Amino acid sequence: MANFILYRLFQSAIVMLIVALISFFLFNFVGDPISNMVGQETTVKDMDELRQRLGLNDPVIVQFGRFIVDALQGDFGISYRLQRPVEELIAERMPATLELVFVSAIIAIGLGVAGGLFTGLKRSHWFSKFILTTSLVGISLPTFIIGILLIYIFAVKLNWLPSFGRGEVVDLKGGWSTGLLTVSGWKAIILPSITLALYQTTLILRIIRSELLEVMRTDFIKFARARGLKSRDINYGHALKNTLVPVITVTGLQIGSLIAFSIVTETVFQWPGMGALFIQAVQFADVPVMSAYLILVALFFVVINLIVDLLYFVVDPRLRAEIKN
Amino acid sequence: MKDVSISKWWAGVSDHDVTYSFLHSPVTIVATVATILMFAAAFGASFLTIYTPFDPGSLELREAFMPPAWEQGGNSEHLLGTDGQGRDILAAIMYGTQVSLVVGILSVLLSVSIGIPLGIIAGYYGGWVDTAIMRFADIQLTIPPILIALMIDGITRTTLSSEVHEIVAIPVLIISIGVASWPQYARITRSGAMVERRKDYIAAAKLIQTPTAAIMVRHVLPNVIGPTLIVATIGVAVAIIIEATLSFLGVGIPSTTPSLGTLIRIGNSFLFSGEWWITFFPAFTLVILVLSVNLIGDWLRDTFNPKLR
Repeated sequence: MANFILYRLFQSAIVMLIVALISFFLFNFVGDPISNMVGQETTVKDMDELRQRLGLNDPVIVQFGRFIVDALQGDFGISYRLQRPVEELIAERMPATLELVFVSAIIAIGLGVAGGLFTGLKRSHWFSKFILTTSLVGISLPTFIIGILLIYIFAVKLNWLPSFGRGEVVDLKGGWSTGLLTVSGWKAIILPSITLALYQTTLILRIIRSELLEVMRTDFIKFARARGLKSRDINYGHALKNTLVPVITVTGLQIGSLIAFSIVTETVFQWPGMGALFIQAVQFADVPVMSAYLILVALFFVVINLIVDLLYFVVDPRLRAEIKN
Repeated sequence: MKDVSISKWWAGVSDHDVTYSFLHSPVTIVATVATILMFAAAFGASFLTIYTPFDPGSLELREAFMPPAWEQGGNSEHLLGTDGQGRDILAAIMYGTQVSLVVGILSVLLSVSIGIPLGIIAGYYGGWVDTAIMRFADIQLTIPPILIALMIDGITRTTLSSEVHEIVAIPVLIISIGVASWPQYARITRSGAMVERRKDYIAAAKLIQTPTAAIMVRHVLPNVIGPTLIVATIGVAVAIIIEATLSFLGVGIPSTTPSLGTLIRIGNSFLFSGEWWITFFPAFTLVILVLSVNLIGDWLRDTFNPKLR
């Protein structure tokens, strides 16, 4: 077990190193960092001095080492566009994105599991067919169109919910600002979190349904029925448990995608999070912000994958036994 | 004689399982008709409409914000109304669909032409070549394609000046989406190639010293390409969505040659002031286009390869 965790940590470290390398090359060789930092009236001599001072004349490997050390300390340089340290910008905006992703993940998992169980266990019920048809439409609708539609109905026409921003936020200790403690904050998060969660909900729903249909055909379920077990025990005690491994894999990956897809949702709802920051960085070629965001998202993905791998051991006794031998 | 051979051919076609399955799936028929109509409208735009919405010389500010013809204040000259610069929405959608389709199809062609060779090489050789290619594909698969496309677009934006970028925006977007989505084609092709390489005809080809490259191209490729191409149909829908999303975010197709996504972005800012048609019709077209292509793809998959379901 410990060996396996060590191996996975090593693998994750390699992935992070590759991402850091890409991000470093992006930072140092895409465009000239110096000309992006200085004004037009700077002389060539000043530029050379700055280059020397920033260590851009050092060998590449030394620069990469310094980049890693700085990144580990949370130092990602100065944003070209906003002229402020990148880590500050990201720290300001991270709470907004994480709260949005958190609420969306709860919606996606809650509705996805409930819908998946219902459609998997009651295949021919009319409501199952209704859910499945709706989910096909849900997959075909691009996220931003769902967002626009919700804004038009609930903000423009009905005027029930705000169409942009986070509402009132409360500053907590440690620089975390939360919108989840005020009524206007909750009102503001409803539309964006539904928009973000919809696609993931349909995916989780479909994977649970298809896994359940698969498990329900197996002999041990037939045997459980033959033993006269209550159908509730069979459904939730035996069938659901055996669908968990693929479901956890997909759910884990989908939470990772929520962070990436929050870029779109944040743009539609003008949500002041990291995704909106990243889009502006792409539009203005603000390389330090881009490379910091890349590293951060990769870190989220690696951590989620690691948690997913560890969860396998919790839900699947076969794996535990295999590792022991 | 000719008539006989045509009627024979027709008898063959109409008796075929595929034709039967097609004719008994009303949803697929509707989706196919819708797709054909949209293709015709998109690529025949210059014949079908008198408006040239993206020619800067043709702006008619007096006709700006005209609602659709059936609404009050509408005009039958502009069936779906006009936008903030007096451009005809219907014509803009036709040209926009053309851009969306071109980007969608070309980027899938690019993904396929990266994914299929790599998949065949991985599956045919196996061993470390396979491990290297598929590990890389696995890592890329965990990152959503839209993020990779954004990254590639961001890098080109940084290296090129904005004037140059405007000119090469469409090719850059095709490359971004194409490179971002190759792994799934590599996976499918690889699993096919792994099965094929153990078969006798490959052993026979090796025995008569056919060069490995020729075995892969002439013998393995035709046997594994089918399932990949079916998945590619759905891939076109996905690529159209990615393109529309990027354009909506303002990092895709510039507004000088707008795609459907760009049109939706332009119209989105008028939604609050009540000019709903500027964004609604492009969005509706996009949804119908994606839905139709998805439905055709689903039907192809179910008909030709039920195992993939």
